[in-house]
Amino acid sequence: MSAQEQTAKRPLSPHLQVYRPQLTSVLSILHRITGVALAAGTLLLVWWLVAAAVGPEAYAAASGFIGSWLGLFMLLGWSAALFYHLANGIRHLVWDAGYGFELETVYRSGWAVVAATAVLTVLAWIVGLATW
Amino acid sequence: MSTKLRSPLARVRGLGSAKDGTGHWWAQRLTALALVPLTIWFVAGVIGHIGAEHDELLQWIGHPVTAGLFLLLIGATFYHASLGVQVVIEDYLHNEWIKLAALLVMKAAFLVLGLAAALAVLSILFA
Repeated sequence: MSAQEQTAKRPLSPHLQVYRPQLTSVLSILHRITGVALAAGTLLLVWWLVAAAVGPEAYAAASGFIGSWLGLFMLLGWSAALFYHLANGIRHLVWDAGYGFELETVYRSGWAVVAATAVLTVLAWIVGLATW
Repeated sequence: MSTKLRSPLARVRGLGSAKDGTGHWWAQRLTALALVPLTIWFVAGVIGHIGAEHDELLQWIGHPVTAGLFLLLIGATFYHASLGVQVVIEDYLHNEWIKLAALLVMKAAFLVLGLAAALAVLSILFA
């Protein structure tokens, strides 16, 4: 490749401003967004574990925050992100094994991930709130 | 360039945006695979201990099996997270120095968080 060819302005794809969102592309970027959100959410997990190790007062403060409206709201988002990333992660592992690339299958597994996320999140909160 | 005598594996070594070939990709998949059962176990365990008293929780985490699974979960989670966020940083930060600084800060942060979580579990286990 010559230097002139390398510096030539080539069109970039996908051009997000004119690119119609599709289930496939939306789920793809959601996997990245939920991944980053979960990475940030590990702060809550570490706080909870360290507080439990430090003592009853620190643990009461941590569980008090988690049980507050803000804490529960964060936990709701965190649990939905976790179930999405888990379900879509399994979808990715199946792709990595070489299966499920037909367009129809890609859409079916995509909707299955959306359904699994909704069902698992609702189920976890029903069981969680019932035992609280 | 003649590549005929090189194996396919030798040709991909050192390639990729992280310059470590398939190592990063493979580690991300292995930790993902490990996290499937570990995450399900963790979520079920946490739901089972909602509203638990402090000593109840310590009893659960302090059990050798629970503590062992927690250590596996912590190791796989922070390794997987650092591999994933690394790709995000490499995709969006194009200035070499800013990228390098972000990668170092991110790796250090996950190392410290993972270590803090692991030490918390170990101190509960040996309390």
